[in-house]
Amino acid sequence: MADHKKAPFPAMSRRAILAGGAAIGASLFLPKGLRAQDFPTDQVNTTGLAVTDDTVQVGILHSISGTMSISETGSVQAEKLAIEQINAQGGVLGRKIETIQEDGASDWPTFAEKARKLLVNDKVASVMGCWTSASRKAVLPVFEQHNGMLYYPTFYEGLEESPNVIYTGQEATQQIIAGLDWVAREKGAKSFYLLGSDYIWPRTSNKIARKHIEDKLGGEVVGEEYYPLGHTQFNSVINKIRLKKPDVIYAIVVGGSNVSFYKQLKAAGIDMTEEAPLLLTISVTEDEIRGIGGENIEGAYACMKYFQSLENENNKEFVAAFKEMWGDDMVIGDVTQAAYLGPWLWKAAVEKAGSFDVDKVREASPGIELTTAPEGYVKIHENHHLWSKTRVGHAMADGQYEVVFTTDDLVEPDPFPEGYQ
Amino acid sequence: MTKTSFLKRDEAVGFAILALIIFIVFPLMLDDFRLNLFGKYLTYAFVAVGLVLCWGAGGILSLGQGVFFGLGGYCMAMFLKLEASTPEATAIQSTPGIPDFMDWNQISALPIWWQPFNSFGFTVLAILAVPALFSLIIGFAMFRRRVGGVYFAIITQAIAAIATILIVGQQGYTGGVNGITDLRTLMGWDIRPDSAKTALYFVNAVLLFACLFIAMAIRKSKFGRVLVAMRDAEDRVRFSGYDVASFKIFIFCVGAMMASVGGAMFTLQVGFMSPTIVGIVPSIEMVIFCAVGGRHSLLGAVYGALLVNWARTTLSESFPELWLFGLGGLFIAVVLAFPNGLAGLYDDYVKPRLKLSRRNHAAKPSNPQLAE
Amino acid sequence: MFSGYSLPELGAIFAMQGFAGLILFSVFVLMALGLAIIFGQMGVINMAHGEFMILGAYVTYLVSQAFATYAPALFGAYFFVAMVLAFCASGLLGMFVEWAIIRHLYKRPLDTLLATWGLSLILQQSFRSLFGAREVGVTIPSWMMGSLPLTDLIEVPINGIFVMVLALGISAAVYVMMFKSGWGRQVRAVTQNRTMAGAVGIDTERTDRLTFGIGCGVAGIAGAAFTMIGSTGPTSGQAYIVDTFLVVVFGGAASLLGTIASAFSISQAQSILEFFLSGSMAKVITLLVVVGILMLRPQGLFSIKLRK
Repeated sequence: MADHKKAPFPAMSRRAILAGGAAIGASLFLPKGLRAQDFPTDQVNTTGLAVTDDTVQVGILHSISGTMSISETGSVQAEKLAIEQINAQGGVLGRKIETIQEDGASDWPTFAEKARKLLVNDKVASVMGCWTSASRKAVLPVFEQHNGMLYYPTFYEGLEESPNVIYTGQEATQQIIAGLDWVAREKGAKSFYLLGSDYIWPRTSNKIARKHIEDKLGGEVVGEEYYPLGHTQFNSVINKIRLKKPDVIYAIVVGGSNVSFYKQLKAAGIDMTEEAPLLLTISVTEDEIRGIGGENIEGAYACMKYFQSLENENNKEFVAAFKEMWGDDMVIGDVTQAAYLGPWLWKAAVEKAGSFDVDKVREASPGIELTTAPEGYVKIHENHHLWSKTRVGHAMADGQYEVVFTTDDLVEPDPFPEGYQ
Repeated sequence: MTKTSFLKRDEAVGFAILALIIFIVFPLMLDDFRLNLFGKYLTYAFVAVGLVLCWGAGGILSLGQGVFFGLGGYCMAMFLKLEASTPEATAIQSTPGIPDFMDWNQISALPIWWQPFNSFGFTVLAILAVPALFSLIIGFAMFRRRVGGVYFAIITQAIAAIATILIVGQQGYTGGVNGITDLRTLMGWDIRPDSAKTALYFVNAVLLFACLFIAMAIRKSKFGRVLVAMRDAEDRVRFSGYDVASFKIFIFCVGAMMASVGGAMFTLQVGFMSPTIVGIVPSIEMVIFCAVGGRHSLLGAVYGALLVNWARTTLSESFPELWLFGLGGLFIAVVLAFPNGLAGLYDDYVKPRLKLSRRNHAAKPSNPQLAE
Repeated sequence: MFSGYSLPELGAIFAMQGFAGLILFSVFVLMALGLAIIFGQMGVINMAHGEFMILGAYVTYLVSQAFATYAPALFGAYFFVAMVLAFCASGLLGMFVEWAIIRHLYKRPLDTLLATWGLSLILQQSFRSLFGAREVGVTIPSWMMGSLPLTDLIEVPINGIFVMVLALGISAAVYVMMFKSGWGRQVRAVTQNRTMAGAVGIDTERTDRLTFGIGCGVAGIAGAAFTMIGSTGPTSGQAYIVDTFLVVVFGGAASLLGTIASAFSISQAQSILEFFLSGSMAKVITLLVVVGILMLRPQGLFSIKLRK
């Protein structure tokens, strides 16, 4: 795949980033009152996108039916919230965003079909969408062929770097390494039991985790195991875990299986609050805990870039706005926040480029920063991923995480990590 | 026309109208995007035609047709993937020259059973032979022991479940949940541009008609009549000295091969193959296409596949949160109210009137004539 | 893989693994009993079986919410109320479905498959519209989520015991109903010879409706129980459907004893394989062996000789 060249690594210290952040951050607030007449449509849209003098069309492509709708609903809500807020501020280059929503129906060929419809028939200026890697892989050729721009919100396995995708979630190393370092350092963890659902993200993540545990931490992996997606019986693996007595259960179970796994773990008498073994996961956000039940996962640790309980002004506003729009009983997980960044990053890139043209937006994207991000501050890397901090949260009985650790610096995205292949 | 000719007049008109719709009306009326969509729908028609033979004529309901569809699709995808994975295109991998997903799974050499798929000739052969062999084994094991009806349906359904878990679990060799993606060229010919997709649509349509004619020939032959007799009174056929199991195995193999050809065309037109098309849900949906069209009607199966998929796309575009109600309701309605599907509706309501009007005004039929 | 462990440790692990197999067995029995009644006795292929289970799970969710709001003191006992209501809800819906759809299709068993598949789509979307696309979290009374330490090493999950007791209880109840009650005699008579049963004065329509309703009701109870071990979402029911059908077919369709025997053998095989192999492979091998045996012995483990 010729497109997946490794981007040059911009050597940049934290100070330089922050200084640049302040400068561009200030300029970000300038375009707030942009008027459409200052940006004539024939100049900002030279490739025939669906842009008029007062509107621009953007696609939302997620599963709202089928098994994946459980996970993707939050992303749709966050994207709609961001778009509404952008419209309330005057839109993008003075144009209101109109959304066209399509249902991927948890079926990858349907995702490809709908992506083509959005790009070819509707000529949307960008698409916020996809959740699973499989759906992204299915739409990728469509986006590359028709030159669309996809904002993809999920943490994923990496190994990809498309000019037509902005990855607003973490690639695998951003999510894994800091967390493993933390349990080794703070909890003295030496032995790990790796467990996952059987598909590419858990397998690739565990591959990276195993390399890091064995090569960098000098620890030991005492078991590695995968169960089919949708599996509901985990008593056998729980017994194996008892037999091996690892310090850490490293769990990447997804979907409905999550609920079964944690309920059965608790019922089997493994109390996670005792931390023997300690449970570290990268697949359970606040969204998943709703299904699992806070009391069943209390005491587990999760490694994410965002938790709903983050203490900062951006996040307080975001949580309040989200609940106002979608209801007080809503919870917000890592991916939901990443999905919220998509429309804002696109708006910033369009306004930096002064154009809706996909090529110009792509060119403008690296270096775009968001000081208003609920997770704090993010910046687009040359490789189209985000610089983000990694955090460790401690699950509490009320279904929220308490943040116990945050990396000092932004972690550089590295979708093709050397030494972890 | 005389009785000795291959097609009766009604049937000939039906074929002509379907050909008119597929070869002329659709390409003229639809833009490239929609035409490609209809091309995708037509690949399901292969399965539906095969099911008319197995289920409508032979009484064998397979809930595992997705497996055969997938076998064809995966064979084609393996060939295309190898073509796309040249050492130059995959230079960034730790082992250049093998498919990207193998590299991600620490596989450092192309597995032996992938290697023949470098050849297009072998691939075409495999698309026909692999499902034939597989269905032969299943058919031999089951029909010889007189497993039929509901049991056959449930066992084939379990086979679909096993196939999905296997494909997903062996991701180093199969691409896992993602499937085999990012397919680019067929023997140097780029399959991604709209022009290529339009060309593939016509190839697809020609192949579909070839399948329809083969199916029609089978049904018109003595073999086809034994098949129907078998469906309606299996014991009597057996007592008349026919080897019932062999007939069933044969027709099951034919259905599997047609599904496989459809799968291969699916891969070409959609540009990837994934395990979501192999499992239980798509397999049942394929039966639905056949049921909506009319389980006894070959042409009806094609209309069924087109109609259900078109309805799904349209409903999910206009009422994304409600389309499952529509689809579910359609299934129930077809079974309860129109057990013979569109073809049955046509036979009951349109045909008598046509006859009447023909007698009165000598008018020509203007609606799609469904064979049966 | 067993070096470095003391004998008592190994013994304890094997005991617990045996217990895990028994829990899986109970889960299979609960899943399959309702279907065994419907499929085995009536010949109806109910593809919406999983959705009837999830209906029971949602009822449990609603009851738990109601108890938490109006009677928090009694929360520990809500589960029993929930199971009764789940039985009623799924059973009533089942009877309605029988009246509206199934009764027209008794002569076409394969068509029941298509119609109930459509029904399952409609039910899934109804759940999604009513309860939202996300999974709901059912809070289980805390006394049910603990474990019972038998020795220092062996701990037995209480919800596992609960599922086992429930499976036993419902099996016994179904057995009594089928073989000791007047209704059971009628059901069996209708199964064996519908025309003759009608001729001797059995109301076959009523019997069918009741049978279908009870089968669905049992699925509802199973769904209520599974909130302890699994997820409750609009599409959760689909996870159970293949296993359920295989258990019933493997056991021999018309035999309740066969269903239980097949649940036992499949669950033990799977649980032993899971211990020695990776989870995915264990599942594939179990399914393959079951399908292989079915090809050799299509009538299943137990079959009732019938003159057709």
